Amino acid sequence: MDKKIKVLVAKPGLDGHDRGAKVVSRALRDAGMEVIYTGIRQTPEQIVATAVQEDVDSIGLSCLSGAHNKLFPKVVDLLKAQGAGDVLVFGGGIIPDEDIPGLKAAGVAEIFLPGTSTEDTIAFIKENVTTA
Amino acid sequence: MKDLVTGLLAGKVRPLAKAITVVENDRSGKRELLKEIYPRTGNAYLLGITGPPGAGKSTLTDKVISKLRQQGKTVGVIAVDPSSPFSGGAILGDRIRMQQHALDDGVFIRSMATRSHLGGLSKSAVDVMHLMDASGKDVIIIETVGVGQDEVDIVRIAKTTVVVMVPGLGDSVQIAKAGVMEIADVFAVNKADREGADKLFSEIRAMLDMIKDKDKPEIFRTVAVDDVGIDELVQGIFAHGDKVVETGLIQKKIAEKAESELRAYLLDSIMERSTTMTDYDEIVKRVADKQITPMDGVDEIFAGLGMTIKES
Ligand SMILES: Nc1nc2c(ncn2[C@@H]2O[C@H](COP(=O)(O)OP(=O)(O)OP(=O)(O)O)[C@@H](O)[C@H]2O)c(=O)[nH]1
Ligand SMILES: [Mg+2]
Repeated sequence: MDKKIKVLVAKPGLDGHDRGAKVVSRALRDAGMEVIYTGIRQTPEQIVATAVQEDVDSIGLSCLSGAHNKLFPKVVDLLKAQGAGDVLVFGGGIIPDEDIPGLKAAGVAEIFLPGTSTEDTIAFIKENVTTA
Repeated sequence: MKDLVTGLLAGKVRPLAKAITVVENDRSGKRELLKEIYPRTGNAYLLGITGPPGAGKSTLTDKVISKLRQQGKTVGVIAVDPSSPFSGGAILGDRIRMQQHALDDGVFIRSMATRSHLGGLSKSAVDVMHLMDASGKDVIIIETVGVGQDEVDIVRIAKTTVVVMVPGLGDSVQIAKAGVMEIADVFAVNKADREGADKLFSEIRAMLDMIKDKDKPEIFRTVAVDDVGIDELVQGIFAHGDKVVETGLIQKKIAEKAESELRAYLLDSIMERSTTMTDYDEIVKRVADKQITPMDGVDEIFAGLGMTIKES
């Protein structure tokens, strides 16, 4: 039996726009993945607790509020603290180019900017998720 | 595997989560895992919550969790959503309504997709229940969309099944058709803030009067979004559970549950052996070509497995 890729799509931060997150969720579903969507305004703590309970392979973070430099690395750190550092974390949203190297250094595997095709996101997840 | 079992039995979150993944994906470790934990199950209160799409099942579950936590009970939740028949993927959104419990150590929520294999959901959902049970959860809630056979199967193993209905989904004939009258131990008429709730309440009552003489399920009005009527509902649930124990019905339920679990594995294993150990595709083709009947096909498969069928 083949294992399904499980992805948590989460929206940390205070902005209430989840259209992008929903579009990505649907695209991942259409690519055969199981997507857990938890809605807007999630704290990094909630996101990580959810990811651990759901035993997801990957987390997609979407943030439009500008707080990504704080929130994304926080998620990565909390995952590591839970022994779940192998979960693939990627991000999207309105993120200035100059922030990307810092986010990657902090352990965010990839950043997808607005306009990226969902195909790229799907391919990225399939290539990088470790389904042991 | 040993660490997984030890951690799970100690009530740790990550081992439980990992064990569920093993069970859900039918990995090789599943048999061993279940063997270890099976004797440690049977303590949790299994509560089924089912009903039509959008009835408010998750919102209701969220509020029920809060009440149970106030009573000091730990809670496991299995939230089932359908897989897409086209891609095999799924969007599992039940959790959105329950995120206030995300950081509560006493609550473990797991989303599951129905996936598509025959009887597959009920089997793995039941096994996930066993894992949560063994990990010490006092109450395990399973939310399903009440339409198919899978849901009915799951309901069969619950101690109490709550059927959530909402006004405006159609008349009483549809209630009867949905087959929910038979499986409900307790009814929740949710969205009671909406027009038509009283009418629905009386329709359910009338329907119950028609099909049942005694042990009629209680009906509760709830407004899940506003936390209205939940205390009464929770009391009604446990009252049903008490009754099941007092009347001795529990023994029958336990036996039925064991039988339904056994049957699910039996059917699976017959299918697996048939497809791997006989000329299954060839037999299918001959049925399609009208050379043999499906019943003859079964005889051939069984003969291929070395089993003979006695004519009765
Ligand atoms: N007016 C009103 N709306 C409610 C009530 N309970 C839930 N809702 C709303 O109904 C919608 C569906 O609620 P859910 O809890 O997701 O319903 P569900 O049955 O779990 O849905 P599925 O899992 O998708 O089948 C949400 O927008 C809720 O806010 C209620 O008592 N009254
Ligand atoms: Mg739901």
